[in-house]
Amino acid sequence: MERLNETIDRLGGVYLLPLAVAVLAFVLIGAPSSWATLTVAGLAMGMMIFLMASGLSLVFGLMDVLNFGHSAFISLGAFISASVLAAMGGWLGAESVLLNAAALLVAFGAAMLFGLVAGWFFETVIIKPVYADHLRQILITMGALIVVEELILAIWGGTPFSVGRPAFLEGAFVIGDITIEIYRAFAFALGLLAYAALYFVLNRTRLGLLIRAGVENREMVEALGFRIDRLFIGVFMVGSALAALGGAMWAGYETLITPHLGADMMIVVFIVVIIGGLGSVQGTLLGAILVGLMSNYVGFLAPKLSLASNMLLMMAILLWRPNGLKPAVK
Amino acid sequence: MSLLSLKNMKTSIGQYHVLHDISIEVPEGGVFVLLGRNGAGKSTTLRSIMGLWSPSPGSVTFRSEDLTGLHTAEIAKRGIAFVPEDMGIFGGLTVAENMVLATADGSFDKDRLRWIYDLFPALEKFWDKPAGALSGGQKQMLSVARAIIEPRELILIDEPTKGLAPAIVDNMAEAFRQISDRSTILLVEQNFEFAKSLGRDMAVIEDGRIAHAGTMADFAADQDLQDRLLSLSA
Repeated sequence: MERLNETIDRLGGVYLLPLAVAVLAFVLIGAPSSWATLTVAGLAMGMMIFLMASGLSLVFGLMDVLNFGHSAFISLGAFISASVLAAMGGWLGAESVLLNAAALLVAFGAAMLFGLVAGWFFETVIIKPVYADHLRQILITMGALIVVEELILAIWGGTPFSVGRPAFLEGAFVIGDITIEIYRAFAFALGLLAYAALYFVLNRTRLGLLIRAGVENREMVEALGFRIDRLFIGVFMVGSALAALGGAMWAGYETLITPHLGADMMIVVFIVVIIGGLGSVQGTLLGAILVGLMSNYVGFLAPKLSLASNMLLMMAILLWRPNGLKPAVK
Repeated sequence: MSLLSLKNMKTSIGQYHVLHDISIEVPEGGVFVLLGRNGAGKSTTLRSIMGLWSPSPGSVTFRSEDLTGLHTAEIAKRGIAFVPEDMGIFGGLTVAENMVLATADGSFDKDRLRWIYDLFPALEKFWDKPAGALSGGQKQMLSVARAIIEPRELILIDEPTKGLAPAIVDNMAEAFRQISDRSTILLVEQNFEFAKSLGRDMAVIEDGRIAHAGTMADFAADQDLQDRLLSLSA
């Protein structure tokens, strides 16, 4: 096993995994156009899951907090964005791309702003009293998730809520035999942008240096004179805002949402964080892309195995690398 | 007047009372050594001073300011640096990034950095390498270098020679001599020869209490006292 790991690392390491999965799928699927469509769908799905999962991974890595309520931000982001889009129906359907984009910007901005505020409230009121106690963290964050789900049910009702899409993101473009949905390409680009911004902050700024150091050794960062608890509130708020943005993107992808959207996504989000390795943004991206690709390929090749594919993927990766693909150094 | 004063410090970790009554006066300048057997409470004393474990009751006074109850970061900002027993290196960051984090504003004083390079040449050589790839001795050098990259009045160092090769220990002793010309060092050490070569004042902790305090010269001359307080068979 050690020799296999060394060989893989020499060839490009775990970053080759999505490529290997894509190549294997290409062989099994046979039809290039179907493969390309599924690959774009998988990448788009992966990027949306990355948005939802990156905050959770950093929060666990930095503060050792198990936040099972993270999916509340996904649900709230989805419903707030959908409501804003519904209220701006005129701009959404207008012929002007600028008005379309403005509606989308306001909707995503509202979701992220709410994510920031809800994240601050969640951290200060719910998480802070249970630092360093995993059992109580699980209980209280799951309780908070149930409360948020009930609130959504009370405000938006139990019937599926229809989500509008801006006219400029409707339709698809066709290259040869390959059809690519515009919304999926947009989701991929937005996810990539969010990753680039996170990468820049984490690797090119002093704030990012502090976060990476805090993930490794919180006590030592404090002994160097930094208030990591204040830094954590910031990371928690940004992570919540990203989850809300991911939820908003997912709502547009699904076009019909229910109050259980967050809870349904939470299983996938946890799988991604575990596969990627706790506390690592690169690992989360890698895990999210793998899960996105696998879901789409397996859904096409063996629909009955679709639900189990992510679990099997997680089991295989943990047997190979028990700490995940790219865990933060601890 | 003492630089650091601990009065009747008691620290509990969970249900265990580790420090029962620690009172010491650390004068300004030179190296003050805390000795004691394994589990006596030496590391706990340093961690309590840094606020990593809260002493209660009792007090920690630094330059006449009461540090009791302050957050670790606030204590560090008063001019106290900490080199923990496990070195506290950020293995995923480069040597340079480890050092940058210890600066006040992200920039280095060139003269000070040159002095550190002279003390620990390996750090200059591996400046852009991941700290996790350094040897144990090099990690210890980095940990100490991080504590002195900014002028600090007091540096708490916990067992810096543990597991190091003799040549590195000699290098470390020379470095501590130079550092103690600029800052006061409160050193926890089990290697008595190393401690003896550096210490001016000292105290021995036994079962969470100060069993002896005095000058290192007097303690080094009293073999019976050493046997009673430090030997494994006692």
